[in-house]
Amino acid sequence: MQQNAPSSEPIVSLHNVQKSFGALRVLDGVSFAVARGEVLALIGRSGSGKSTALRCIDRFEKVDGGQIVVCGHRVDRPDVNLRALRQDVGIVFQSYNLFPHLTIEQNITLAPCAVKGMATSQAKDLARKVLAQVGLDEKLHAYPEQLSGGQQQRAAIARSLAMQPKVMLFDEVTSALDPELTGEVLKVIEQLAADGMTMVMVTHEMGFAKGIADRIVFMHRGKVHETGPASILTSPTTPELTQFVGTGNLKS
Amino acid sequence: MSLQLDFPAVLERWPSFLAGAVLTLELAFFATVLGALLGTLAAVGRGTHNSLIAGACKVYVETIRNTPLLVQIFLVYFGLASLGLKYSAFTVAVAALTINVGAYTAEIMRAGFEAIPRGQIEAAEGLALSRFQIYWHIILLPAVEKVYPALTSQFVLLMLASSVCSQISAEELTAVANYIQSDTYRAFETYIIVAVLYVILSLVMRAGFWGLGLLLFPRRRRLGTPL
Repeated sequence: MQQNAPSSEPIVSLHNVQKSFGALRVLDGVSFAVARGEVLALIGRSGSGKSTALRCIDRFEKVDGGQIVVCGHRVDRPDVNLRALRQDVGIVFQSYNLFPHLTIEQNITLAPCAVKGMATSQAKDLARKVLAQVGLDEKLHAYPEQLSGGQQQRAAIARSLAMQPKVMLFDEVTSALDPELTGEVLKVIEQLAADGMTMVMVTHEMGFAKGIADRIVFMHRGKVHETGPASILTSPTTPELTQFVGTGNLKS
Repeated sequence: MSLQLDFPAVLERWPSFLAGAVLTLELAFFATVLGALLGTLAAVGRGTHNSLIAGACKVYVETIRNTPLLVQIFLVYFGLASLGLKYSAFTVAVAALTINVGAYTAEIMRAGFEAIPRGQIEAAEGLALSRFQIYWHIILLPAVEKVYPALTSQFVLLMLASSVCSQISAEELTAVANYIQSDTYRAFETYIIVAVLYVILSLVMRAGFWGLGLLLFPRRRRLGTPL
């Protein structure tokens, strides 16, 4: 019988990661790990390094030092197989980044066909399936600009899901949306979490993070300042996190 | 002072005019297709990290944009001849026009490429698409869409500028006109007719580009904003 990797093996692990933009040290020895099926929320002030940390996981930023392992790929090494890494990792951005000249269906089928060599008919079935998952089945043939922001973001999540990633990264995916549209996107992410998807999310939605995250990583000045279960949001131990959650960030 | 125009004397040469107009359109067609290819490659080349390729593309673009078309045509014409290579005037004209319009296309396409938001490329990279796939599926058409009016104007300009190919005896519209006016002594009438024919050719090209736009940009067709 085939032996599966032990469940203690993390899907994502960062160890002592360093990253500077010029003289600005953005990540100063960041370490954390995400286990299979775990939901990790990266929180902190603007400029604390949380988005950079997330982008390092998918190698949109190259690290200056430290070690990053994602689904067995040594992301910190220059010879990392980027295309293999990015088939294992799905990423969703704040600005959706749907391809404007393609229909929603084409947005979704492009990568499975081009990267995995999937047959068109099979990819179209897949598109229908992932769109149903985010509640957008009727928008198959619409163009992105015909959708609301919340719908575009859900379509972007569906596009990512179609590649069947082992871990999903969310980079402030609701920051461009009004509260009502935020709600519909968060519902989709909640469903993904319930289905057991491994996720790392940068978010400013403290109430949401508290409800969904298995673990919170609070970043401050490029370091992991405080980490723990979601309960640290209600009973923080460091003055910085106390101040951060105390400034009205914690909506119920 | 009286102006006497005798169009019938010139118009009876209509088969020659027609042949010239058709040849001009053929020149424009081949130079447009090849120039669009060459220019797009040069624009991609200018954006690569390989400084040798980027430098070569820059030298090509700047050389062509800063020399007259007629001189370029002569350089190709006499250059090929002195290498002992014999091509028809038509082939030489297509080659010279392609080299010329390729440089302008490269600059326009570069603007189109630069107008693609960084997030589009990151999203494509995040989906594990290769560099070539990203250019082909994500960058190319939206870039063309952004610069389509500038691009098509350039190609219409090229068709009009092809009149200087009469200098290497390519039998295009202006060459035909030169011949007819020296034969009939009706220069003014001849060039009035030629001017009208160029206007018609321009309209034909613009109609063609409009149709091509409908094919290339189905989204604009669907949303009722065709280019």
